[in-house]
Amino acid sequence: MGIDYLSPDYEVVRNPQRCIACRVCERQCANEVHSYDSEWKVMKSDDSKCVNCHRCVALCPTHALKIVKTDDTFKINANWTNEAIGEVFRQAGTGGMLLSSMGNPQPYPIYWDKILINASQVTNPSIDPLREPMETRTFLGKRPEKLERDADGSLVTDNLPPNLELSVPVLFSAMSYGSISYNAHESLARAARELGTYYNTGEGGLHEDFYQYGPHTIVQVASGRFGVHKDYLEAGAAIEIKIGQGAKPGIGGHLPGEKIVGDVSRTRMIPEGSDAISPAPHHDIYSIEDLRQLVYSLKEATNYKKPIIVKIAAVHNVAAIASGIARSGADIIAIDGYRGGTGAAPTRIRDNVGIPIELALAAVDERLRQERIRNNVSIVVGGSIRNSADIVKAIALGADAVYIGTAALLALGCHLCRTCQSGKCNWGIATQRPDLVKRLNPDIGSKRLVNLVSAWQHEIMEMMGGMGINSIEALRGNRLMLRGVGLNEKELEILGIKHAGE
Amino acid sequence: MQKEGAIRIPSGCAISGIFSRSGKRMNGEPIIQSISTMHDRSNGLGGGFAAYGIYPRSRDLYAFHVFYDSVRAKEECEKVIMANFDVTIAEKIPTREMPEITDEPLIWRYFGLPFEKLLKDTRLDEKEFVARFVTKVNTEIKGAYVFSSGKNMGVFKAVGFPEDVGRYYRLEDYEGYCWTAHGRYPTNTPGWWGGAHPFSMLDYSIVHNGEISSYDANRRFIEMFGYKCTLLTDTEVITYIVDFLNRKQHLSLKEAAQVIAAPFWSEIDRLPPEQQKKLTYLRNVFSSLLITGPFSVLLGFTGGLMALNDRLKLRSMVIGEKGDMFYVASEECAIQTIEPNIEHFRAPQGGEPVIVTLNEGVDA
Repeated sequence: MGIDYLSPDYEVVRNPQRCIACRVCERQCANEVHSYDSEWKVMKSDDSKCVNCHRCVALCPTHALKIVKTDDTFKINANWTNEAIGEVFRQAGTGGMLLSSMGNPQPYPIYWDKILINASQVTNPSIDPLREPMETRTFLGKRPEKLERDADGSLVTDNLPPNLELSVPVLFSAMSYGSISYNAHESLARAARELGTYYNTGEGGLHEDFYQYGPHTIVQVASGRFGVHKDYLEAGAAIEIKIGQGAKPGIGGHLPGEKIVGDVSRTRMIPEGSDAISPAPHHDIYSIEDLRQLVYSLKEATNYKKPIIVKIAAVHNVAAIASGIARSGADIIAIDGYRGGTGAAPTRIRDNVGIPIELALAAVDERLRQERIRNNVSIVVGGSIRNSADIVKAIALGADAVYIGTAALLALGCHLCRTCQSGKCNWGIATQRPDLVKRLNPDIGSKRLVNLVSAWQHEIMEMMGGMGINSIEALRGNRLMLRGVGLNEKELEILGIKHAGE
Repeated sequence: MQKEGAIRIPSGCAISGIFSRSGKRMNGEPIIQSISTMHDRSNGLGGGFAAYGIYPRSRDLYAFHVFYDSVRAKEECEKVIMANFDVTIAEKIPTREMPEITDEPLIWRYFGLPFEKLLKDTRLDEKEFVARFVTKVNTEIKGAYVFSSGKNMGVFKAVGFPEDVGRYYRLEDYEGYCWTAHGRYPTNTPGWWGGAHPFSMLDYSIVHNGEISSYDANRRFIEMFGYKCTLLTDTEVITYIVDFLNRKQHLSLKEAAQVIAAPFWSEIDRLPPEQQKKLTYLRNVFSSLLITGPFSVLLGFTGGLMALNDRLKLRSMVIGEKGDMFYVASEECAIQTIEPNIEHFRAPQGGEPVIVTLNEGVDA
């Protein structure tokens, strides 16, 4: 074997005066960074294996550990950065594609942070959510084409197409059983039920234990069709056709055979140890008219009782694509921005393909309104919603609700080490190893998710009250409530907002 | 400075309304007296009136009231009016010269009906034809603005205090069974006459006091249905919403009020299942037409008047009744001054529509 050209990105720093050599770090690290030298009676670490997941730091009883970015460097070069050089070394060594996990970490503009929210002063009153009702309930789905009255003139109310009712406009986005653990799924499912919202199975099927959460479950149908059968479709409150994902638009998925074990294999309905490969396109959808057929096949299969979501990645022509989807029978369009997370994606694709969700959302909402079909379809956006202000901005730009994935995993303990593809998640989330999975307690996990979303709901209410708005539906598409800062004319035009001071 | 339409201008206001259930005709004096009591709720930058039943001799004809910035605009606009309508009367609206009212445009009115053959060719019903015609003139002819387009009703408005505007238009010479008035307190305005209130479309007229926080959500939704919000005012969008719900979707005014000022979910969830279903349905289907933020609105229509507050009642509005007469105003004093012997005063609840109509058998 030749020389390893790579040096570790992070260093494990151990304070010897604090370390009591209890070996917790050693037991906690699935990457085997820590070891005990029984001769010298000290803990040692191998920095090259560290992914900086902070499991050891969080569990060290004496706070003896910290992880620091190494100051070791190649010769400083603004063009050939350490990362750029390191990636060439890695590929020259292996001949493989670079793989990464979670969302695009590159320093592209974050439009949420260049948008500011309005508040009332003098001319109309702000509303105090502690004293007045403040409504975050919303519905996703189509509206009836026209109103009908029965013989005695009263309004017919059962002509409403199937809808999803949300107590708060936040859903958990698709993460499959397989990519994340049983306990992670259980946490999401229980939290969704308690919060009056929905979680999403992703493409891994629905574990039989979780059918009880069906009324709060969105079941996904993706290009691999793993785990799809009649009971599965009927179990969910809605069905999502996954066309694409923000982290990897245009390509499929690959769950390696070593993760297809036991229940994962049964739930996906594929043999143990076989790779689960989702093709890049659906091989029955090569065009928009094919999508319509799949949408209506699923509606037929479920007696028109479930809304159908079509999820796409935000790509250049997203407005026209969304318009096509709206005309294909979909009840809800989900759009995933280029910062959306993933369990594994080719690095080059994650970091270079797709567009920001803020621009995609603004373009789609405006196009659907120009075509007068915005009322026929709901819009859910994801792809890096980081806090309640992002949600308020998304809804004011025109979204009906948002999907959160990364934020939900953070609530469960994820530290964004972006190494999900290894399957050795020390936090028990992105792993199938029983010893690791049991580290995530669903009682605590679901509670933390409920806490997070409830906290955000309170913040949303405060911001709405400040604007003098007491229903989330009066915020939807209310772009006058937003102003841009430091944005150019074109960006403001696409976002459909004025600049601060205007 | 930019005028209405180029920029959104918040304003506070005074409103007042008088309605005779028995159809008794009143001239403009009482309503002027009522609105002038609330002088301090206006700042001289806009006042106006709507009156119903004032053109009995031309009751079956559309009465268009039009502002012109120039003779050229008038010529251009009249050409289109004459091409679309069989016009019986075209005349200047009589006004009185007053030092308080300045910068007056040319103010004309036309009475007529769409040419039958033309109407048939468009396959539109008459009201829709007229509504589209008005939108077309207001968006396409520079310097022309149709500010009243109903039958047997009319809007009179200007920049100035409302009592001056009333005298300027000689409202003592008109007799109607229903009058509404508006005094405007805009935070800034270049003083464009078209921007004063009431706002009117067909026989709907709206006076409104408030600043709605749902404005852009409402505007962007209603514009999907062929409406064009050219003034960017609350009053304009509220009028379009009422027109859409009442005329196009055939909701009753009460149902329309349940959309605009919908009961809170916490209230709906406590109702019997049938009502719960209906209100949930209306809120869900027309969720983007919910109006939030403060408003008190008087909606005039042929044969009736509706008063409505926002669901939190963030703007004052009281009603008073005596015999067949119905009074409504921002402040009680505006009613007391014209009818000191009110039998019953009441402040309607937030979101509670109060609808009065002519007694059965009484002709509008």
